[in-house]
Amino acid sequence: MGCEMETDQTEDMDVVLSSMWPEDINEAGRQFNVERPGADQDMLEEVTINKEPNIVDFKRLMELTNYSDKGNWQLANLIKNWEYKQENAVRLLREELDNLSKQQQEVELKKLEILEEHRFEQDGYGGDKRPISILDENLKYLYQDAPRRRNDVVFEDEKVEIEAEFDSVVYWKQRAVHLEKLLEASIKREQVLIEKLQESIENLERQSSPVEELSQVLKRADNFLHFVLQNAPVVIGHQDKELRYRFIFNHFPSLGEQDIIGKTDVEIFSGAGVKESQDFKREVLERGLPAKREITFETELFGSKTFLIYVEPVFSKAGETIGVNYMGMEVTDQVRKREKMAKLREEMAVQKAKETELNKTIHITEESMRAKQMLATMSHEIRSPLSGVVESGVMKLEATKFRPREVVKHVLQTAAASLQKLLTLEGNVADDVPVEVIGDVLRIRQILTNLVSNAIKFTHEGKVGINLYVVQEPSTIAKQGSQKLDRDTTKELPMSESQDDQNGRDENSTCENHKLSNGAQVEEEKETNRKTEEQVVWIRCDVYDTGIGIPENAIPTLFKKYMQVGADTARKYGGTGLGLAICKQLVELMGGHLTVSSVEHHGSTFTFVLPYKVSSISDSSDDPDELSDSDHQDVLGDGNDDDLHSGVFVFQPRTLGTLFSSQSSTRIQKLTPNSYAFNKCNGLLLEDSLSPSSNITYKETRSDEDANSAAGPMETSYELEISDNLSSAEKHEKSVPNTDLVGRFHPYVHPSNSLRAKHNVDENLETCVTYQGQAQAQARTDGISSECSSSNSPEIPKGDLKPKILLVDDNKINVMVTKSMMKQLGHNIDVVHNGAEAVRAVQSNNYHLVLMDVCMPVMDGLEATRLIRSYEETGSWDDAIKAGVDIQLPSPDSQSNSQLEKTRKRIPIIAMTANALSESADECYANGMDSFVSKPITFQNMKQCLQQYLP
Amino acid sequence: MYAHAKDGGGVGGMRKKEGPVNLKIYTMTRNQLQCQAAYMRNSLFDQGYLDEQFVQLEELQDEANPDFVEDVVKLFYTDSARFIRNMELTLDSRPLDFEKLDDIMHQFKGSSSSIGAKKVKRECTQFQEYCKVGNFDGCMRTFQEVKQEHAGLKKKLESYFEVARQAR
Repeated sequence: MGCEMETDQTEDMDVVLSSMWPEDINEAGRQFNVERPGADQDMLEEVTINKEPNIVDFKRLMELTNYSDKGNWQLANLIKNWEYKQENAVRLLREELDNLSKQQQEVELKKLEILEEHRFEQDGYGGDKRPISILDENLKYLYQDAPRRRNDVVFEDEKVEIEAEFDSVVYWKQRAVHLEKLLEASIKREQVLIEKLQESIENLERQSSPVEELSQVLKRADNFLHFVLQNAPVVIGHQDKELRYRFIFNHFPSLGEQDIIGKTDVEIFSGAGVKESQDFKREVLERGLPAKREITFETELFGSKTFLIYVEPVFSKAGETIGVNYMGMEVTDQVRKREKMAKLREEMAVQKAKETELNKTIHITEESMRAKQMLATMSHEIRSPLSGVVESGVMKLEATKFRPREVVKHVLQTAAASLQKLLTLEGNVADDVPVEVIGDVLRIRQILTNLVSNAIKFTHEGKVGINLYVVQEPSTIAKQGSQKLDRDTTKELPMSESQDDQNGRDENSTCENHKLSNGAQVEEEKETNRKTEEQVVWIRCDVYDTGIGIPENAIPTLFKKYMQVGADTARKYGGTGLGLAICKQLVELMGGHLTVSSVEHHGSTFTFVLPYKVSSISDSSDDPDELSDSDHQDVLGDGNDDDLHSGVFVFQPRTLGTLFSSQSSTRIQKLTPNSYAFNKCNGLLLEDSLSPSSNITYKETRSDEDANSAAGPMETSYELEISDNLSSAEKHEKSVPNTDLVGRFHPYVHPSNSLRAKHNVDENLETCVTYQGQAQAQARTDGISSECSSSNSPEIPKGDLKPKILLVDDNKINVMVTKSMMKQLGHNIDVVHNGAEAVRAVQSNNYHLVLMDVCMPVMDGLEATRLIRSYEETGSWDDAIKAGVDIQLPSPDSQSNSQLEKTRKRIPIIAMTANALSESADECYANGMDSFVSKPITFQNMKQCLQQYLP
Repeated sequence: MYAHAKDGGGVGGMRKKEGPVNLKIYTMTRNQLQCQAAYMRNSLFDQGYLDEQFVQLEELQDEANPDFVEDVVKLFYTDSARFIRNMELTLDSRPLDFEKLDDIMHQFKGSSSSIGAKKVKRECTQFQEYCKVGNFDGCMRTFQEVKQEHAGLKKKLESYFEVARQAR
């Protein structure tokens, strides 16, 4: 038996699972490599081997040894070994036996010789040989291999001396006797030897029986196995054809022999994996090929464990499978780790995939947003009348009266409404800027809007603002009046405390302290000032930001068409690069210039200086028109100027247009009259906004009003009562210092003057005739107020104090829904179905708010708005008539009508858009709309809109 | 709608004083109907037929206008008959006037979105997309979809209103 294992190597021998071994290992490698017994007795002496986890069905083992090839082969090896050793022993014995028999033959031959010699001697013949020496020699030869001990015995008799005389009869007799004795001794020895041989053979047979030797070998193999496997998480077993356990090593501790041997897996324990494992073994059994599989068990016995199982079939000599050997190793931890790793890898992959997807989405979104933005920008820039006009070179400048502060405020308000950054928007209109100037307001507003939106676009933190102040005429200083010159010296400080600005400042701070008379005085001074300079005023407008700035080398090309600072800028910030070019051309067409200064990374300032006519003529002409209104005018003027001169607007990022100093005070003013008209929805606000003292006043008013509205057209008495309330109360002025900035809601302020009210009533009576029929219930009062407004800029209050709202929409469902919402908000509304009808309705009624659908048949909302704005600015419906609207002009009996229509108030027009590109907010604003609500209209949107635009 | 449910509860409470046995039967059937109505309503939202605009309508319904939602929906369906006729005429006429189709659809989309008819609105949008690129087949196909969604919603809303009325 080959002995591959060295004694001293045994200790560090690697424990390797047989199933892991390469397939090409030689047959000997599969054997128990155990030293021959005896050569290394003490090898495992110090090792304690726990033999417990080993249960054997010995009967089966015998069967296996008998029937299985493997067992057989192993047995054969052992037997061969034994046989070889036996043969050796037998050979040795046989040799010895041969020697002995040879010796015997020789001895007998010698005996014959001696006898012959003796006969010869008896015949009288005697030799003189020395037999002893021969005998000695023979004996020595005979016993040369014999043990020494025996030699002593053999030579015992050799020393016998023959006393008789040589060659005498006695001598020969003695000699014969002596030889006979020797022969006897020799025979005796032979017998002893034979006995000994017999004994030795018996001993040999007894000592080395094959079973003993086999079991010894097996035991040692077993010991080795135990030694190697004692701590390994390995189960080894053998199962028979029915998959009943016949042998198991390292079974589960709580199971006894009777629990396992003779039973199948499913009989022993139950749970997930057991059946699978048994099926797997059966499969191996049937296919006759060894296989490995990982099986996870979930059993009550040992919980959740995963085993790697190796099963190999065992064949009988006839080649039939008679069972399986199986080996299982617990790999739960490894599997768990592996699964964790797999999961991690999977998660990582998912994460990566998500990331990629996200990036893709972001990319797509960015792209589409950019495309959309580009489209919107382009469409706006291309479609807006601005670019068209500039491109074609035909420029018709409009000269309309407008209020710079209002423009600034509105531009900022609009920008703040759509602001998506945390920027502060501020406006600062110097006091020396006239309240009203004449110019092309639409274009100026567009320039301003463009510059502001540009500034916002390139500013990520900080602020964007507008400064407005009067400057000297760029080329000729001398032309200006002294007044102007004074102002010019302080032009860089809009809020400077120069003497001329003192008035303005006073007006600004009228809030608490200044009374009617004071305001009137100021107003008078202003009037005088204006009259002295019916000239051109140059106003400089700075649009500044704290944005990224413009590199110096890019400034020269900045105003070129389709040029931007760089390709990067275009990609990052969008825009077509048309805006600035158009702005510059526009400014230049209007006789001014547009410049820029910038510090990169710190901000830019775009500056345009434009000449405006000062509208002092209309101001002064208004006064004599309303002869009886001087008193009223003071009050109104004071209020107006007050607000008009508060030229500081700040839109903080958080509040986006609600925190707006002049606006908020205005709103209170707007709300007060409103609240007693329909205190249902605004009563709370009223309580908050008014001081207790004035509250009382308003409560009275309310009851009066209620009585009046019930009484219907008893306007005179009503107005008187109201006016008593208001004019008697300074506290009204205190709590509500600012009158409406825009002046849209004057009807609620004006009753403060009883004289004027009376005057108005007279006029009402006069002009009522001119009113064209309205079949509605409110027709009369509406008509009156409408006519009043046309006869006089400040209208009288109506019997019905509810604001009048017009809805322009062709969609029945929308109308129904909007109407219902308005009803819940406490408003009854008039409805018309297209733009033309809207123009007619506005012409014949006095609305406080118009809700305008954009897309409509006959005439869309944009055109209708333009026509209404045109009327508001020019006082004539000519454009509307040109556009084909069937306007029924009021009868020409009252000259004041057409003349005073000029100062007609601007109606807030709110667009209702479906968020389509064709209904863009930009376009709504460009056409003169004030705001927009998206469709479908929600209650919340509508409420907000009304709160903002109704008093 | 909710206001009415509450009112109904009040009435039930009053009846209790009159006769408890009667009430029991009465409340049970009513409760069941209310449950059914609520369920139907929820499924209209869950299945994407309606969006929050419909809730807006519901909030506009009150004592003075107890059938407001139903009235609006009825108006929508009366109005849309005209729309569909108009649409079919335009689709039949040659050369095809995509702009007009877009306009009509815009109108109809406005109405649909006003009542919160989410699915119909979606198809309308799709139709307009096809209009913009001048895809006739797409238009035809989507118009069929619009009609289908429109009719499907009608059926569902009708049965819902029926149950809701009974539950009141």
